[in-house]
Order: sequence, then structure tokens, then C-alpha cells
Amino acid sequence: MAIVEEPLELARESAAPPWTTVLHNWTTTVDHKKIGIMYVLMALVFLVIGGIEAVLLRWQLFWPRYDFVGPDAFNQLFTMHGTTMVFFMGMPILIGMGNYLVPLMIGTRDMAFPRLNALGFWATLFGGLLVYFSFATGGAPAIGWFAYAPLTERTFARSAATDLWALGLIVSGVGTTTAAVNFIATILGMRAPGMALHRVPFFVWTILWTSVQIVLVLPPLTAGLAMVLLDRNLGAHFFDVQNGGSALLWQHIFWFFGHPEVYILILPVFGMVTEIIPVFARKVLFGYEFMAAATAAIAFISLGVWAHHMFTVGMSRAQDLFFIVSTFLISIPTGIKFFNWLATMYGGRISFASPMLFCIGFLSMFLIGGLTGIMLGAAPFDFQLQDTYFLIGHFHFVLIGGTLFGVMAGIHYWYPKVTGRMLSERLARWQFWLLYVGFLLTFGTMHITGVLGMPRRIYTYDADRGWALLNQLTTLGAIIQVPSFIILVYNLFASLRHGRPAGDDPWDAWTLEWSTTSPPPAYNFEVIPTVHSRRPLWDLKHPDDPDWQYE
Amino acid sequence: MIALLLANADGPTQNLSIFDPASPPAESIRQLSVLVLAITAFIFIAVEGILIYSIVRFRRRGATATGEPPQVYGSKPIEIAWTAAPALVVFVLVLVSARTLWEVNVPPPQPRERDNTLFATVVGRQWWWEYTYDHYNGRALGFTTANELHVPVSEEGIPRPVFLTLKSADVCHSFWVPRLAGKTDLIPGRINSMWFQTDRTGLYLGQCAEYCGTQHANMLLRVYVDTPDKFEHWLELQQKDRWPDKDDPRLRDERVRAGEKAFLAQSCINCHAVRGTPAKGTYAPDLTHLMSRRTLASGMIPNDPDDRPLDDLKGSKLLEWVADPQPIKPGCLMPSFGLGDRKRGDIVRYLLTLR
Amino acid sequence: MSVAETTMAGPTTAHTFPVPPAIAPERMLSPGQWGMVSFLVSEAALFSTLIVTYIFYLGRDVVGPTPAEALRLPLVLCTTACLLSSSATIHRAEKTLRQGSQFRFLQWWTATIALGAVFLGGTAFEWRDLIERHLTIGRNLFGTTYYTLVGLHAFHVTAGVLVMLIVLGLAIRRQVGAANHAAVGMVSWYWHFVDGVWVVVFTVVYLIGR
Repeated sequence: MAIVEEPLELARESAAPPWTTVLHNWTTTVDHKKIGIMYVLMALVFLVIGGIEAVLLRWQLFWPRYDFVGPDAFNQLFTMHGTTMVFFMGMPILIGMGNYLVPLMIGTRDMAFPRLNALGFWATLFGGLLVYFSFATGGAPAIGWFAYAPLTERTFARSAATDLWALGLIVSGVGTTTAAVNFIATILGMRAPGMALHRVPFFVWTILWTSVQIVLVLPPLTAGLAMVLLDRNLGAHFFDVQNGGSALLWQHIFWFFGHPEVYILILPVFGMVTEIIPVFARKVLFGYEFMAAATAAIAFISLGVWAHHMFTVGMSRAQDLFFIVSTFLISIPTGIKFFNWLATMYGGRISFASPMLFCIGFLSMFLIGGLTGIMLGAAPFDFQLQDTYFLIGHFHFVLIGGTLFGVMAGIHYWYPKVTGRMLSERLARWQFWLLYVGFLLTFGTMHITGVLGMPRRIYTYDADRGWALLNQLTTLGAIIQVPSFIILVYNLFASLRHGRPAGDDPWDAWTLEWSTTSPPPAYNFEVIPTVHSRRPLWDLKHPDDPDWQYE
Repeated sequence: MIALLLANADGPTQNLSIFDPASPPAESIRQLSVLVLAITAFIFIAVEGILIYSIVRFRRRGATATGEPPQVYGSKPIEIAWTAAPALVVFVLVLVSARTLWEVNVPPPQPRERDNTLFATVVGRQWWWEYTYDHYNGRALGFTTANELHVPVSEEGIPRPVFLTLKSADVCHSFWVPRLAGKTDLIPGRINSMWFQTDRTGLYLGQCAEYCGTQHANMLLRVYVDTPDKFEHWLELQQKDRWPDKDDPRLRDERVRAGEKAFLAQSCINCHAVRGTPAKGTYAPDLTHLMSRRTLASGMIPNDPDDRPLDDLKGSKLLEWVADPQPIKPGCLMPSFGLGDRKRGDIVRYLLTLR
Repeated sequence: MSVAETTMAGPTTAHTFPVPPAIAPERMLSPGQWGMVSFLVSEAALFSTLIVTYIFYLGRDVVGPTPAEALRLPLVLCTTACLLSSSATIHRAEKTLRQGSQFRFLQWWTATIALGAVFLGGTAFEWRDLIERHLTIGRNLFGTTYYTLVGLHAFHVTAGVLVMLIVLGLAIRRQVGAANHAAVGMVSWYWHFVDGVWVVVFTVVYLIGR
């Protein structure tokens, strides 16, 4: 009897599970790989939403005195665009990719606290939903993504939107902080035997320092947001100028978070790019120790530059000078990284598959963003450029040219590992060039518009300012970028079915994640590996010339 | 490229370029920017050049990989070299930035006899600019006006600097007229200060540069730089209270009288002031010499000419504004009062006499 | 095929490959300990922001009462003494747990909870008194910063007490023993941190700031 029943059992098990089971699996999972994928999917959804907000902004600015959207709607749009891209796209996508990769890269089975990991994801998502719920309660907040007091006081921002914004960011901030705690505990406490801290893959090192930054600066933001909520709802006076409160206190607290935040958004990307460039140049990373030291230096110095966002508030010249010095100082370790990447490519055998293409886009664009940052660090020059389109151009060069291009490189590099399929190279190239050209047109032009006197956050401008043509070029660039994102989304989903099977190690790479199957099994590794160098797979592939003989 | 775009006129174009300074602080900044741009351009060309060279020279040739290239793990001397060089550049940048900073951020002096200096206080309000003239050439002034700042031009051997004290009545704003100076914020609860001077008469434009709410985009700045005589004449006029200029025949028009009565009886006076009358509101722009201003709504729309005939109010922007400000400046803090046609016309006729 | 297996299975040619040096074992904290440390660092950042804000706003009130007028020392000294001694009791509790003495552990643990509860009760009492004398969060800057800072701390004490109650419940059901003393150790780290924060807050608010 048993022999007859078994085949039926097996047949039932191998049929595709019902969608309710799949949904239940994903919503209750504590597996770092699934959680990582959910973070990335969340970020992609918010990327599209934030992008639509941006296109609407750009369309309104196409003509002088245009009335496509009125001032109130425009102000809500730029507030939500900034908030979305920073908190619900940028950080989640990096935390998601970190979540997926870090345990695999350090040779362990999951993160240190899997249930906390899940909590972190759902809190991040819920925070985003809370903020977006404001659209349903009569309008989104119109306070700008950095919400300068006292514009956030109830006198000036009457609706519940600001409360939802603050609350949503507190909730998702908790999620982000738990992710950081998880990363630190995992990286410091769960590395495979032989993987000393000076041997971790560079991406792991950058995630570690990013997490240290998160742990230090997200709480001050949380405190500031709580102060805003207390002012608005319990009659507190933190930013109530009539009762002695200080508008500048908010700025200091916010930017103490806000500046390290942008390094939080770039350090993991530095890590990704540092993984990818050596593989496609076929050369070991040049100067790992100096790169590692530079990362730590950046994380540390970034805590001391915040008031370069406040050069125009009337601080004393000595205070301004302190922040001029610290801002310029941080360019040194950043430059070191640049030179090390170039030195890695120099003398290599470079191939230009999509991950490398995006890395080159990253290098060329982030360089410009970094240099305009240096210009802004010269405080008197910043007196003219602060709060203008030049600044918008600068930070989009580092955030899109830097973070987004780097993330694209990472997605194209690790997609085969996650899904077992290759992305379409042809589509990736179309995506790259459309993004590159559109991006240059939009944000390059903005530098000129700013120099010609156009401040940021204005919903319209007069025809005689001479800004119309520049704004039209900027908007044209945005329109060129739109199909690039459509291609990305299509590529990601179509390749799930039609992509070439990838195998374990399609790029002939050297870190541990490429030693598992694609996708990896739930337990990651059958046997926890022992490593002897920074490139365990190089050692395996070149047993005659292993890395540990050199470093 | 910039010149080309500047020349590409979509109509007569105003000049707000930071690279065309008309005042010492803006000029100091321009000089600093040239040096900074030169340094960063050099770095860009060098680094981008190496990038392009590497991509071209070291690209993989041939379909088959013939083993890996030599693995170079690093080089301490090279690392030190490319740490030291940027450090040197940073050192230079800090020095030049500090020098310009000290040149530009000059604390205001005290007013003195015959110092040829104008001291005025700017109060930023949602979404207009209030100007109180404190001292000129050592004389105390003490009158308040709105939205158009008049200053005297400097001449050969006679500099006439303008020192502005910056305050805010509500949220953060920022005073930015690019050709005259870098921007300085107006922070509630805090007193900031800035200065400029120019030897070229004319109109200099700018606008608020710190997001301050719904109509941030229309908090425009207009700085009129007048010859010394014209400026003194303007001061003299502005200092007078509004009291019937007996030579103005329009004041005998009964519609103007009715308009004045209506103005003083309505809630207009809760916000607006007209010196010399019971209207003493401080929340909205001072209207005492409204017709001496060329624009309304903080630079958004042209004001009527001050000799507009009272019988022909067609096309009057002032009338349009008083009827309902919201279509012109949606979200601004002046409501529509729902006045009847007659009353509205009379009030506007009265306002037209506020020269 | 796992990495370890490939390393060990050498090729069968005459070629011998270099052998890597032995791996020096690392002294590491456990992941749980690293996690608690980073969490406490984040908490330190949170409290630091509020403490700096408190100090920044000292003396900037537009209306009274000032800290000197409003704050009374005697009650707070008592509650502080309770909270600080609870650090000692929790330390003893940990020790007895590692030694395997279940009953003593329960005693010291309960003592800690009780002292924490007394602290909370004392704070509630003090606040009722302050509110009666017209110091509320909306009264002036001092009220705003005082209630926020001390309130956040009290919230952390409450959370700690709740967690300790849960541990107490588990211990009574004999699920806490020498084997899982590490988890109890983490709770005690948290509790010591909360005490440490109180030392700073007490000094700033009740000593320096008055």
C-alpha cells in the first residue's frame, strides 16, 4: 500500500505551491535573502513613485509662469520626492543588497538576528506607507525634505501631513537602526574561520562602517523628529521662537544626521564598485589597506562637516572656517579611493559587461559631483551657490551619478546570483546610455541655471530671468531618463524567465558568494568554508599563486 | 556656453549671474571661484583623462582570455604621494577660502556723522520684504516701506556702503541679490547682517533663497541703486507721513474721500499702515507711499502709474489685487474681502493718491 | 561542492601547492553582545541629542519657573539611590545565575525590579508635584526639555522593568539557567546603561543646571 501512495505524495509536493502559501512564506520570512529582495523591491517601487514626482516637478518648470501644478502641489511634490528618494529608496536598496550579500560574503548562514531583520524591513515599509498616507488626508507635507523649523510648527503647517511625515520617518528610522545593529553584530561576530576583519570583502567593510554611522546619527534625527511632534501636539517649545526656541537648533540636529546620511548612501556603493572593478579588470584591488583606512576616515570625518549646509545662516567666521576645513579634509580619503580604483584598472584586462559599464558611469559622474562638492566647501563661493540649482546639480551628481549608477552596477552584477539568470546585456546598454545622457543633460544644465541666479524650490519663474531655455533642457533630460527606468524594470522581470542561465560564477569572480549555487540554498553553505585571504576563490582557482602569499 | 545662453534672449533678459558682480563681496567671491574652478578643472581633466586612458589602453583584446594580468596588490609610496598631493591642494583652498571669508563677512560698524553709509533693517515675512531705514550718512531716519529697496550709488572716492540687518517675523528666509552679494539667511529669533555697495546705478534683481512656504517663489527682491541726489529726494518723500498733498486735485474727488473712509473702516487697517492716518497695522506692507513703488505683491505684478486717471481703472493691477489677491498669488496671506464694485473702486482710487 | 572540500582535495599531479598558514583564533564578542553594544551606542546618541538640547536651552526661558525654583532634590536623591543600587543587585543576580543558584537569582532579580519600580513611582510622584506647581511641557523651555529628557529616560526604565518581568516569569518556569546566562547578561548591560544615563541626566538637570 505504501508503495502505491508515495508517488502521489511526491507529485503533489512538486506542483507549484498556491499563491497564498507563497505570500505567507514571504511575509513571515526571516531569511536574509528574502528580506533583502523585499527591501530592493520596496525601493524600486518608491524609485518609480519618486521619479514620477520628479517628472511632474520638471514639467511644471518647463514654461515660465506655467500653471500645470499650483504652488501648493509643487511644494508637496518636492518634499515627497526628496523624502522618498532618501528614506524609502536610497537606504532600503542599500540595506537590502547588504542584507542579501553580507552573510554570503562572510561565509555564514544568516544575519545575527533574523527576526529583528524582518522587523526592520516591515518597519521601514510601514514608515513609508505612513508618510504616503498623508496624500489621503488632504495633502502631503510641503515642508521640504529637511523640514526647516519653524515651518514645521503648527502655525505654519496646519494639516496632519507634517505629523505623518515625522512619525513615518521615526518608524522607518527604527527599522534602519535595527538593520545597522544586525550588520554590526553579524560582521563582527559571525565571520567564517580565517576571515579576519582585514580580510573581509570590501563591500562588507563598507557596510560595517555605514552601520556604525547609522547607529550614531539616526537617533539624533529621531530625537529631532520627536521634538517636532511634541511641539505640534503637546505644546512644547523646542522650535517655538516666541518662547525662546531656536530655529537653528533644528538645522544643527538635522544636518548632524543629514550629512553622514549622504555618506550612508554612498559608502555601500563604494563597496559594490570596489567588488566589481577588480573582477572586470581581472586585477586584485590596489591598496586594500589604504582603501579600508580611507573608508574609516570618511565615516569619522563625516560626523564633523554638517554645518557646511548652514554656511549662510550667519555663523561666526571661525565657525565657518572649522567646517570649511573639515569639508575639504574629507575630500582627501575620497580622492584616495578614486586613485585606487584607477590603479586597479590600470594594467588590467578590462571587459565592459553591464556591471563594469555602470561602474565607469559611476566613476566619471561621481568625480564631477565630488569636485562640485569641493567648490561648495569654499564657503564664500557657497554663499552664492547654496540653495540654488547648482546645489541641486551637485547632489544629484553624487546621488544619481554615485549612488544610483553604483546600485545599477551592483544589481547587474549580483542579479545572476540572486535569480540564477543573466540580465539582457542589450537592454542594459540601452538603459545605461539613456540614463547617462539624460542625466548629464538634466543635472549638468542645472549647474548653469544656478550660477545664473535661480534658487531651488520655486514653483515658477519670470520669463525675463533668462532661465526658460535652461529649464527646458533640464526637463528634456528628465524625459530621456524615463524610458531608461522602464527598460530597467522590464529587464529585471523579463530576465527572470528569459535570461540565460547563469551558473554559480558567471563573472569568474573571487568572493565567497560565487561559490554557492545561483540562487543559493536557504542555508547558504553546506559546510562553512575556511578562508585564508581576501579572495578565497582566487586561491582555489590559482592554487599555485594564492593571495595569502602576498597579503 | 554661458555667454551663448545669456545671449539667447527669450525677451529682454535680466542679469542675475553670480559671475557678473557689481559689488565688492560679490567680486571677492568671483575671484575665489575662478581659483577654485581652475583647481577643480585641472583635477577633473587629469583624473578623467587617466580613466579614459585606462579604459582604452587596458581593455581586453581578443576573445580568449590568456590568463590573468599581473596582480598588483598596492604600493605604500604611491599611496603616500596621492595622499600628500591632495592634502597640499586642500591646504591652499583653505587659505584662499579663509581670506575671502574674512573679506566678505564684515561685521557692521556703528553709524557716524557723514559716513555715507546706509543702515537698513530687513524683516522677512511670508512672502514679502519689509524695509526699515535706520540711518543714512549719520542721520537717523526711522521710516518703514516694503518690497523695493532703494540705496545710493557709490562714486569715485566716495564709497556708499549699505549695511542690512536681517530679521524674520515668521520662518527662515534668505536675502539673495546675486550681483550684489552672497546670500544671507533671515532666521526668526536671530539677527544677521550683510553688506554691499555698487558704483553702477540701476535695478538689481534677486529673490528669497530659503524655502519659506507656499509663495516662496514669488518673494522677489528689487534693489534700486539711485544717484545720490535721487536717493536723497526719495528719502525725503518717504519720510513724510501721508497727509493730503494739497496740490493734488484728486483728493477733492468725492470717490477718493469715500474710499479713504471705507479703507479706514474696513479691516485693511488691521494689517496695513498709512502714516498720518489711523491705519497703523504692522502685519502687511506699509502703504504710505504705495504709488512710489513700481511693482506690487513683492515684485510679481506691475503697479499702476501714480498719475493714473481716476475714471479709467480698466486693466488696473492694483484693482485686480484688491479685488482678490488669491488668483495672482495663491496662498498669500491677504484674503479677498468680497467688496462691492463701488467700494472697491473707491478704495483703489484712494490708494492711487498714496504717492 | 563546498570550499573546504576543494581545498583539502589536492590534484593528483606531482606538483605540490603552497600550504596556507594556520589560522589564529580571534577573540570575539558574541553576536548578541555586539548587537547590544551597537544598540546601546545608538541609545547614547539619542540621549546625547536631548542632553545637548537641554544644556543649550538652559537660561533661555522667557517665563518661569526656572530649574532652581521648580526642582526639589530630596525625592530625586532617594530615587537615584534606588536606581544606582539596582545596578548592584542586577550584578549580583547575574553572578548567582552563573553559579547556578536559581533561588538567589530570583531574589536579586526581583530586588532589581522592585528598585526600578520605586524609581518610576518616585518620578511619577515628582511629576505630579511639578505639574501642580504649574510646570508642564508647554509651560516654558525648561518644561519642554525637562519632561522630554527625563521622560525618555523613564520610558527606558519602564522598558527595562518590563523585560526583567518577562525574564522573571521565564525563570519561575525554570527556563532561565546557567546555560543561557548570556541573554540575562545582555539585559543587565542594558540596565547598567540606563543607570549610567541617569547619572549624566541627574548631574546635568539637578546639579549643574539648577
